[in-house]
Amino acid sequence: MSQISLNINGKTTTADVENRTLLVHFIREQAKLTGTHVGCDSSSCGVCTVLLDGNPVKSCTVFAIMAEGHEIKTVESLAPGGVLHPIQQAFWDQHGLQCGYCTPGMMMTSIALLEQNPNPSEHEIREGLSGNLCRCTGYNNIVKAVQQAATAMSTQAADD
Amino acid sequence: MTTEKHAMGKSMKRKEDPRFLQGKGNYIDDINLPNQLWMALVHSPYPHANIRGIDSSAAMEIPGAVAVVTSKELNAYKVGWLPTFHGLDKQMVLADGKVLYQHQEVAAVYAETREAAYDMAELVEVDYEPLPVMADPYKSMTDEVILRPDRENATNHIFNWNVGKKAETDAALEAADHVVKQHMTFQRCHAAPLETCGCIAEFDAMGRLQFYVTSQAPHVYRTALFLVLGIPEDKIRVISPDLGGGFGNKVPVYPGYVCAIAGALVLKRPVKWIETRTENLTSSFARDYHMDIEIGATKEGKVTALKVNTVADHGAFDAAADPSKYPAGMFGIVTGSYDFPNAYANLDAYFTNKMPGGVAYRCSFRVTEASYAIERAMDILADELKIDPAELRRKNFVQPEQFPYQSPLNFIYDSGDYEKTMNVALERIGYKELLKEQAEKRARGELMGIGLSTFTEVTGAGPSKHFDILGIKMFDGAEIRIHPSGSGIIRTGSKSQGQGHETTWAQIVAEELGLDPQNFLVEEGDTDTAPYGLGTYASRSTPVAGGALALAARKIREKARKIAAHVLEVSEHDLEWKDYKFNVMGAPSKSITMQEIAFAAYTNPGENEPGLEATLYYDPPNMVFPHGTYVAVVDVDRDTGETKVRRFLAIDDCGTIINPMIVEGQVHGGLTEGFAIAFMQEIAYDDEGNNLATNFTDYLVPTSLESPSWETGHTVTPSPHHPIGAKSVGESPNVGSPAAFVNAVIDALSPLGVKHIDMPLTREKVWSAIRNAEALAAD
Repeated sequence: MSQISLNINGKTTTADVENRTLLVHFIREQAKLTGTHVGCDSSSCGVCTVLLDGNPVKSCTVFAIMAEGHEIKTVESLAPGGVLHPIQQAFWDQHGLQCGYCTPGMMMTSIALLEQNPNPSEHEIREGLSGNLCRCTGYNNIVKAVQQAATAMSTQAADD
Repeated sequence: MTTEKHAMGKSMKRKEDPRFLQGKGNYIDDINLPNQLWMALVHSPYPHANIRGIDSSAAMEIPGAVAVVTSKELNAYKVGWLPTFHGLDKQMVLADGKVLYQHQEVAAVYAETREAAYDMAELVEVDYEPLPVMADPYKSMTDEVILRPDRENATNHIFNWNVGKKAETDAALEAADHVVKQHMTFQRCHAAPLETCGCIAEFDAMGRLQFYVTSQAPHVYRTALFLVLGIPEDKIRVISPDLGGGFGNKVPVYPGYVCAIAGALVLKRPVKWIETRTENLTSSFARDYHMDIEIGATKEGKVTALKVNTVADHGAFDAAADPSKYPAGMFGIVTGSYDFPNAYANLDAYFTNKMPGGVAYRCSFRVTEASYAIERAMDILADELKIDPAELRRKNFVQPEQFPYQSPLNFIYDSGDYEKTMNVALERIGYKELLKEQAEKRARGELMGIGLSTFTEVTGAGPSKHFDILGIKMFDGAEIRIHPSGSGIIRTGSKSQGQGHETTWAQIVAEELGLDPQNFLVEEGDTDTAPYGLGTYASRSTPVAGGALALAARKIREKARKIAAHVLEVSEHDLEWKDYKFNVMGAPSKSITMQEIAFAAYTNPGENEPGLEATLYYDPPNMVFPHGTYVAVVDVDRDTGETKVRRFLAIDDCGTIINPMIVEGQVHGGLTEGFAIAFMQEIAYDDEGNNLATNFTDYLVPTSLESPSWETGHTVTPSPHHPIGAKSVGESPNVGSPAAFVNAVIDALSPLGVKHIDMPLTREKVWSAIRNAEALAAD
């Protein structure tokens, strides 16, 4: 067991964990943030995606102890004060979710994608999201949601 | 003047989404109870073996270890076996003396933490004596090795099912100008929702079972638990929280559930169990039908007879999730959209050393297999008769004036206009231009294919005279309560897994009552509060629960009429419901809205019973029959065998549409699952019975990159008997699309002489088919 302190959404959580504890389990069980999900055991599905220093990572593929000293962001950070982030608003507007299970990971990857490429083509969106599986939507509306968010975020950036 | 519909038919954004978007969904693994134990399962590495002994001493040395349970302990409590849903077989909870398939559950371990439970599972020592394996139904039908000596008859043959007229069909085939025959397999698949199954079982201080579980059918679970465990139903509360997809995978009662409940009972602590992905993919399956189909036709292409012989691989237990009287589900829909004067379907099911199941994966009980068979066979017939596949279909469609249509295999189709739907699709896709382009490409040796599927489904099980599960008739209940302010709560026995019931149910009720759909709370999944219902699978929610909701709302409206008459001081016969309010006939200025009536129901009901609520159980008079035309356009790379789906258009007719946005979303999702089945998914086994697809690196789910961009549209032919004319749509795209994809690829390869390839049409299979065809041509 090791005591570790992780910075998740700007808040520090300290806990004793086994060295083999996965970051996703620390987030869900020690930090009690259950918006980040688990969907496979092979790093295939991406429902556990969080941002580690702004980069999307599958948190089932990171040991919790490796995340010390890094800044972790989860879906719970997106709507401070209850105002939806443009990506959340876009997923809602475009019917980009059905069961909601892949949605948090899908949105975190989308945010990182738009940070790196504020105006992606459809192909770039499809390529950028290809590490995140969705079993319900068939991706059409997820692509539309990312396009809507790209427009909203670039307008927002221009206004700032 | 009538007011435009105010709730039905609108693309209202989903009411459930804000919690999902903020990571506040409440899925099974998000629930933790104080003092809970974790459970893990030990699985067999052998597909068929005697168990000579189980040693749990090393496992119990793990810090945090609490208990190990095997069939011995379960049998002592008489819960070692559970009945399958149709009641015709029983299934081991934990391997009892022998294992019958790879990954079968052999022992359950309980520990203080998840990690300790997994460590324990690794250390349970099982002494196996391997036995000969029957991994193929054509092998097991020889009865060389009897897989289920526990059953009365020493045979691997489970049942025969047939429907239609054999002699007449054989005679018609004999007399036909032309007969096509094809063997085709609909491979073993898995629904694979992104959230696996799981549960938490707790007995409270009063000895009452609180069972949180990923269930598409919570009430059925409650009754099943009574039947298996003997716990009175009032001592069982089943709570199905938010589900991360289901697609049929969350219908069966899995052995892990029984082990968790048994553990909670004996250890007197809550027990939590969450499936691993491998456990999810190896505990049940769908499809695995091996079909020989024959169509007889005149030389002009008018069909005269259809005959299908099927070998069904049911795995180690007959656990197919079919209604009791339908061991082959709705396979009788195999005559599809066509007017066959003669038809006969015959099916034999066999045990094999494979996981049990036959779940209705995004399919109304074997409709997918049937639809695939007929739509493929019609294309083969078109190819042999050199008739355009669209024209062949046009010649043979059941005509609008034939409805209600008595099919030769015992269904009464409610409504449809197949030709209209196909015409819309052909027009929109630009069929003529595509044929021209294809002819030019063929001249250059390029492989372009166009594939059609003009399918008909049967959904909405079902009328109580035919349909039951465990003896329980397949109706559904709905309860609506209207509050004094005109808002309300809606409860049904259905259970959304992402279909958006919290939105569409509110739209149905709001439309019937002229109230605001935003002001309805929809609650499902808690057997303490929801009225009894058989759950959500087999596209039965809108046809059955949706009908119950509309009729419950009308019951409220009739009561509201009496209150309105009291408030307006007129006779109730002088009132008419128009433009979403009660109007006094002949006095246009006098009217009252439902919101005003709701308030009066609690403040001024007069002689009427106060309050405004209704509970109603709906027993549908018939099934519903959605249909559609799908068109796939593909380009196949002659050198690599790679298929690119260039376009895919789905025109669906699901009757009355409640929420177009949600309908379109359902179609997109189902098409993507159909695409996966057509091109990449299969739970394959080797000859030794090893399961070759046990995680997402082998059982492939399409990503955004390879999924086509879907085009959709619709025609509307309402169901004449459904209270709002609705049919269903969630499963249509999964039922109708595999044939369109395969027809397109075979069409592309047809200049080479390729007649058929079984799914999945992987690059390797297509490449091999091209090379073989070229080799044959060179000979």
